[in-house]
Amino acid sequence: MSLEEYKGVYVFAQQVDNEISGIALELIGKGKSLANDLGTEVTAVLVGSGVKGLADELGAYGADRVIVVDDPELKEYRTEPYAHALASVIKQYKPEIFLVGATAIGRDLGPRVSARIHTGLTADCTQLDIGDFPLAPVPGKEQKHNQLLMTRPAFGGNTIATIACPDFRPQMATVRPGVMQKLPREEGRKAVVEEFNPGFTPDNKYVEILKVVKAVTDTVDIMDAKILVSGGRGVGSPENFKLLDDLAEVLGATVSCSRAVVDAGWKPKDLQVGQTGKTVRPNVYFAIGISGAIQHLAGMEESDIIVAINKDETAPIFDVADYGIVGDLNKILPLLTEKLKVEMAAK
Amino acid sequence: MKIVVCIKQVPDTKGGVKFNPDGTLDRGAMLTIMNPDDKAGLEAALRLKDQYGAEVTVITMGLPKAEDVLREAMAMGADKGILVTDRVLGGADTWATSQTLAGAIRNLEYDLIITGRQAIDGDTAQVGPQISEHLGIPVISYAQKIEIEGDSVIVERQFDDRYHVLKAKMPCLITALAELNEPRYMTPGGIFDAVKADITVWGRANLVDVEDSNLGLKGSPTQIAKASDKVRKGAGEKVNLDPAESVDYIVGKLKEKHVI
Repeated sequence: MSLEEYKGVYVFAQQVDNEISGIALELIGKGKSLANDLGTEVTAVLVGSGVKGLADELGAYGADRVIVVDDPELKEYRTEPYAHALASVIKQYKPEIFLVGATAIGRDLGPRVSARIHTGLTADCTQLDIGDFPLAPVPGKEQKHNQLLMTRPAFGGNTIATIACPDFRPQMATVRPGVMQKLPREEGRKAVVEEFNPGFTPDNKYVEILKVVKAVTDTVDIMDAKILVSGGRGVGSPENFKLLDDLAEVLGATVSCSRAVVDAGWKPKDLQVGQTGKTVRPNVYFAIGISGAIQHLAGMEESDIIVAINKDETAPIFDVADYGIVGDLNKILPLLTEKLKVEMAAK
Repeated sequence: MKIVVCIKQVPDTKGGVKFNPDGTLDRGAMLTIMNPDDKAGLEAALRLKDQYGAEVTVITMGLPKAEDVLREAMAMGADKGILVTDRVLGGADTWATSQTLAGAIRNLEYDLIITGRQAIDGDTAQVGPQISEHLGIPVISYAQKIEIEGDSVIVERQFDDRYHVLKAKMPCLITALAELNEPRYMTPGGIFDAVKADITVWGRANLVDVEDSNLGLKGSPTQIAKASDKVRKGAGEKVNLDPAESVDYIVGKLKEKHVI
């Protein structure tokens, strides 16, 4: 395999129910800056059924080209036909870099595709750069230039590793949602749209979808919230989240939670902050009754201001909190909500 | 029915996390455990065994001391334990690890392979799907419920805002979420038997259909350029006041930072 044959930055433009996922636009934004460093273009790969109409939107957000793989077999996400679609695009177009969102879809699809085409895949990246590998020259070892340097947290966020894939192409990464910035929408900006269908023949690897059950939720996506009021096991019961709801209402905030709360069945999974939930970086993060396991910290420690209320003064959450209050949330929250109501009314 | 469960020995990060004075992780002070998602996968296999009758084989790749998690799994009810260990397998990334495990599993008969979704040290969630790709069988990731129906498996597969009920013909690989179940405890009799049980130990020579160029550090497409323990930004202020004073303190800070 000649590595020089591989050109261009490609991103998987994830869509669900024919709506483009936020991560797709974030990847185009990041892909564009990597492409600028390499003097190349960013191509979005749009996979689904009846999705061609979404291509213009990807262009408006910065994609130079959109490859559309459109087939009835691709209506709902399934590992095999989607893996076949991406692997076929890679074999046909030979991209130098291929980025996928680290979503419940991308973290299933990425490994299957990378195994099929025999390349490396770096999971859950939070930073991507173009640079040299090795970072500094090492005697007796070729230093390669213009490599994708993929930085990711490991060990529940306690270790940071930068990884390269110098001898295989494409260099593949899954990227955590909410970390990269999408570009401003540019009305009328068009991408070159190309259709590509490798053919889909069901085999033993195709699974059958018996039912699709959508979670009923009318809440704001916690990744978009400016202020989060987040509760942990210390809140005590699902009913007691009322205290958090009341505080959130006064502040125009959104309620989120820790993994323990989801495991206990008090709150749905889409409100979970942390390593196995969502990464958030709001202006203010209230950690209420959250002890602060490192998996939780990994999902929220980039918040601008962290306010923690916990009755255990040794709770690890105080190690990252800007303002830590040792005390009983049951006593503090109602008073805080009342006081803020007065403050807000006075404005 | 024959079920193979892949498990991994990982450092314990829950509760026992120890930091050095500079805010980095003190690895030497941490214990090892069976990876939580893998334990849920094992429990799922044992429940299928209880319900339908099955032979459950646990397999791990690691250092010789990883034998401990195999014995723990056997004390919970697994029938056989296989340790894949060899110097040439060291330094493997997910590609080389999945090649190794697939090469070992090719020696076994199986209807179902269950892995945890991800291990708490690497958090990649890649090895399960990659094993399935090497073996040419379907994969269902993020399983929150597993049932058997004839020669098929019915699985609830979790997504961000929904779940799919999927049906796949066996053999099939499933990756399990820790939320799947509450793993059982080892039984005293099980511990007694597991201590004496034979563990099968395999090395490079036992791997089927795997090239040397796909194993260990040399067979890993990804290479580490730099690794460092993350230094946290550090604690801010911590106060211990009565409730009314606490509220004044918070409101004061929110005003100071122009939040309100």
